[in-house]
Amino acid sequence: MRTYHQLTDPDRSGLAGQITAQRRRVAERLAGVGRMVAVMSGKGGVGKSYVTAHLARALAQGGRATGVLDADLNGPTIPRLLGTVERPTADTAGVKPAVGLDGVKCISMALLLEDGAPLAFRGPTAESFVWRGAMEAAALREFMGDVVWGSLDTLLVDLPPGIQRYTELCDILGSAPPVLTVTIPTPESRDAVRRAMRAAVERGSQLLGIVENMVGGQFEGTAADELAAEFATPVLARIPWHPAPDTWATLGARL
Amino acid sequence: MKFLCVECDQQMAFGERQLPGDGTLAATFKCPKCGRVVAMLTNPMETQLVSSLGVEIGGRTVPAQPFEMIDSMVTTTVGQPALSGAKGTVGPSWSADAQERLARVPNFVRGMVKKIYSDYAKERGIAEITPAVMDTARAELGLEGM
Repeated sequence: MRTYHQLTDPDRSGLAGQITAQRRRVAERLAGVGRMVAVMSGKGGVGKSYVTAHLARALAQGGRATGVLDADLNGPTIPRLLGTVERPTADTAGVKPAVGLDGVKCISMALLLEDGAPLAFRGPTAESFVWRGAMEAAALREFMGDVVWGSLDTLLVDLPPGIQRYTELCDILGSAPPVLTVTIPTPESRDAVRRAMRAAVERGSQLLGIVENMVGGQFEGTAADELAAEFATPVLARIPWHPAPDTWATLGARL
Repeated sequence: MKFLCVECDQQMAFGERQLPGDGTLAATFKCPKCGRVVAMLTNPMETQLVSSLGVEIGGRTVPAQPFEMIDSMVTTTVGQPALSGAKGTVGPSWSADAQERLARVPNFVRGMVKKIYSDYAKERGIAEITPAVMDTARAELGLEGM
């Protein structure tokens, strides 16, 4: 009996072609983006979104067209950090992003969901874990493929904790984007972030550097220095609890 | 996914797709040599997985729309004004009979079904969707069961 790859007749579904068309759609949509940077951390609560939003604003203040794609679909916070509640609008060309402080464009599930509502999908409720991850990846794919960013110098992708969304991002893009890592000083954060950085390296991402957040307070440790030495990547910034006016601009210049 | 008629050693060809309305999907495949027809029946979870890929068994009948999956599958969005209702172009209206018929389509696929009929009407300059338009679209697009 012949096997799958031995059957070569064209099929009407053209599923492979449909997937290829999706990837082409993403590539065409992002053609105007000069550089994409994934902001990631294996650890939750280290301030990825906070760093992302302020970095985006600093880049924009420096004259660079900047957008933020909030890939944290279940806990989106970017719109609040960018000071916008503008609902995205759409036409046949695609979805227009909201515009936040300093002209930073953004798309986020927070702009689409009812206030206070969780992200919920239609579908069979039993064993929803089987398909929920796939639906979230589909939502990310639509964020990547349907938003009309126009010409951007930098698009920051704010990833949730862990590495799953990062992996989905790589799959959707067909390549591994450069990564900016955020950690806090503690050994616990170091251990979790190390796993994420290792995943990024194994996937082929360029490590742009490390931002150590919440420095100078109760969180003690040398996570950023240890990770920087281990992965041969620079510590781009140490963000104190009360950042100075030029903290973010300095980070933006180093990125 | 492909189907092989083992007896004829022939790849079977897609026939038609049906959405019975209970979250399942049925697709038929026919052997071009002996004419044998088999049906692929997916359960709701399998159907959901196919849906999440953004692909359609039997091929796409209309181009993918912006935020198509989010629009049709996320239940907690602010709703039509946020996306579909603001898509800039004035869509066709729905007659009372057509709306009643659409209301009988299960929630699970109603958004997708509505979009297919709306796009069909828009592409042909049809101002109002009636049951007759739905029947014609169904026949032309191979949407049995929708």
